[in-house]
Amino acid sequence: MFSPRLRGGVHPPGHKELSNASPIRRFPLAERLYLPLQQHLGAPATPIVKVGERVRKGQLVASSQGTVSAPVHAPTSGVVRALAEHTAPHPSGLPVLAITLEPDGREEWDPSLAPVSDPLALPPEELCLRVGSAGIVGLGGATFPAAVKLGSSLKRGVDTLILNGGECEPYLTCDDRLMQEEPESIIRGALLMQHAVQARRVIVGIEDNKPHALAAIRKAAEGQGVEVRSVPSRYPMGSQKQLVQLLTGIELPAMSRAADSGVLMHNVATARAVYQALCQGRPLISRVVTLSGQALTHQGNWEVPLGTPASYLINYASGFDCAPARLIMGGPMMGIQLPDLNVPVIKGTSGILALTRKEINTDEPGPCVRCAGCVRACPMGLQPLEMAANIRNGDFEKARSLGLDDCVGCGACSYICPASLPLVHLFNYAKGELASRQREARKMEKTRALAQRREERLVRQAREREELMAARRAAAARKAAGEEGPS
Amino acid sequence: MNQPIHGPHAHSSAQLGALMLQVMLALAPATLYSFWLYGWPAFNLWLLCLVSALFWEALFLALFHKPVGAHLKDGSATVTAWIMALCLPPWAPWWLAVVGTFLAIAIIKQIFGGLGQNVFNPAMAARVMLLIAFPVEMTTWIAPEAVAISPPDITSGLAITFQGLSALPDGYSGATLLDAVKNQSAQGDPVSATLSHLDYRPTDAIIGLRGGSLGESTSALLLLGGLYLLWRRVITWQAPLGLLLGAAVPAAGLSLAAPESYPGGVFHLLAGGLMLAAFFIVTDPVTAPITARGRFVFGLGCGLLTWLIRTFGNYPEGVAFAVMLMNSTVPLIDRYIKPRIYGRTRKGDPLPITEGRTS
Repeated sequence: MFSPRLRGGVHPPGHKELSNASPIRRFPLAERLYLPLQQHLGAPATPIVKVGERVRKGQLVASSQGTVSAPVHAPTSGVVRALAEHTAPHPSGLPVLAITLEPDGREEWDPSLAPVSDPLALPPEELCLRVGSAGIVGLGGATFPAAVKLGSSLKRGVDTLILNGGECEPYLTCDDRLMQEEPESIIRGALLMQHAVQARRVIVGIEDNKPHALAAIRKAAEGQGVEVRSVPSRYPMGSQKQLVQLLTGIELPAMSRAADSGVLMHNVATARAVYQALCQGRPLISRVVTLSGQALTHQGNWEVPLGTPASYLINYASGFDCAPARLIMGGPMMGIQLPDLNVPVIKGTSGILALTRKEINTDEPGPCVRCAGCVRACPMGLQPLEMAANIRNGDFEKARSLGLDDCVGCGACSYICPASLPLVHLFNYAKGELASRQREARKMEKTRALAQRREERLVRQAREREELMAARRAAAARKAAGEEGPS
Repeated sequence: MNQPIHGPHAHSSAQLGALMLQVMLALAPATLYSFWLYGWPAFNLWLLCLVSALFWEALFLALFHKPVGAHLKDGSATVTAWIMALCLPPWAPWWLAVVGTFLAIAIIKQIFGGLGQNVFNPAMAARVMLLIAFPVEMTTWIAPEAVAISPPDITSGLAITFQGLSALPDGYSGATLLDAVKNQSAQGDPVSATLSHLDYRPTDAIIGLRGGSLGESTSALLLLGGLYLLWRRVITWQAPLGLLLGAAVPAAGLSLAAPESYPGGVFHLLAGGLMLAAFFIVTDPVTAPITARGRFVFGLGCGLLTWLIRTFGNYPEGVAFAVMLMNSTVPLIDRYIKPRIYGRTRKGDPLPITEGRTS
């Protein structure tokens, strides 16, 4: 079988050495935890606790709502202090509804939580349900509810489960450490997921810049029927389309799901969460977060209870060496800028980075000289410079015809651009603009349909009235005739 | 509230100014060697090109209300002027440099919208305009052997630069190889006789002991600069290779068929401005296609047209014309040669879904 190479891609400096040697440490409880009801893609969860109510560790505090959603659980025992808006980990800095929990320090577990003795004996559908009720979402950063992906893959029937240990984002080492320290949990989680979707094979893909993780996972996978493969380190190797193609040779068709091609991909941290949920009865209430960036004193990896404010995390774990030029949640390539440190750690927080001026790009955008570095760097085979030029001219449709919908937003183009053009910014802007136009068009269509129905109704009513009148006239005429008749 | 900044927050060290600096570094060996070959007048010409280009650039940036300092620092005008200088006859008069850079910077580049917006390669388009407007000055070549015997000192160098052809001492001028072959062939002389009469050895062209433009005579040093740019990934190999193949293959073919009427591939590769064009002109990103395959086609077209003009046209050298013609086809090339988008067919439709039950 031929092995396709990753198209395009860039080689950003890894900066992994800042934190990849520090083992995962358990983070103590903050004074207050803020649990946003929306920590995942889809509909926000509905709170089921009242202010003042005492909750136990692992207890459900907000249940999922709709088909694509995920529940939220209490990271520790304590008292619900508020159900109010709190700054969201989102570049807008706009508030979201969050449950404020004041820990009591007793860490009392919810007694109703119990591990399954032999999860592999459960029917696959039951496994999917349990993953869903544990609140597990994609922990790589996309935060798509894991159970939804598992369920649709089971229905569709997939052949291959791929475990993503790429971690191609610079700075982040949380998956690296997790693979080194808990390889058995990850492999067992993978086998559970394999059972849940009835996949024929499991492949773990790990970038070759993580030799220790690779060795640990290889050892844990021995005799388990799990294939472990080393993949070249190149950004964006951890992107689904790229990793799937590299490991299986399948090029996922545009506008289709991976499951349609018989593939399902999950992050290694998600596999560990699945293992914890089923074998330890522990819902998703904490995650490993990489704390890094040159502005911090101590970089490292921490297992942080969800809801812990970023300020608390940094104050306790590190402190600043200098004022950070930019705070980021996630990696430096696709992560989002944090408005401030009041935001809590959520399910998708793979890292919190405090970067210095030297580490970020402060150059003003210059003119494009058509160097085509972006064309070479794009893993999707797009022409970012042409798309950007059209977006700047306001021609979003033309940008779409050049492949805007296929852009995965990896940022390889902006990274490489010698003119420092904000290409990803332009693409996101155009995507948002096109989406809102589509919504607008749908609304117009709806209004038009309603207006048309009203028109039809009015015509019908007029006709009915006319018929009624005619009938009455006819009746009156008959009556008049009848009166005259007998005489 | 600050404007949120989208990722990526990391950035490569790539900067336009740094890239331009690399190009200048790559041009330096061939340029220094040319100074040694042609003496002070060549240096004067080069300096004049740089100074006047920066002047025009600053003037027109100011006229268009653009930030003068930031754009002067990016080095693009300097590189244009440098390449322009290398394309002029080595002892060309001062006004040729000033007019040439005006055409390149003001007319071709700034009026079309400035950096990144010009359709034609500024140096090549300016050279074509100069050649048509001032045919005598633009074809007065200097024989390096003559300069080697009695090099002009600083004063006579300045006189040559600022007084023009009237100050040109006798005995220095000579014809380029391409001139000679074209003229002799027109008179029916066989190519081999012409070349042996001129005592032609390919090695002479490599080390630059043949008359020609200021910077085009030393193929070896130009190649060295080009390889350096390839190594530093400032340029890609597609356009240069296309150009060299486009000129050499048809030349070799026709020469094989009629060796006494047409010189071969190696002759064409080493003659005139082909090496300079291969590594420093068709690699200009602004006026080249954006895809790898597009750039190869572009280079191939430049090479083929150069050979056609040299062989069948009225001018002995055709690089500048060829590049200008191909520049105008770039939008067309970019329209039809596009990368295939991941997950889509070449036409842009989604790939058919195949069940993943492979192997």
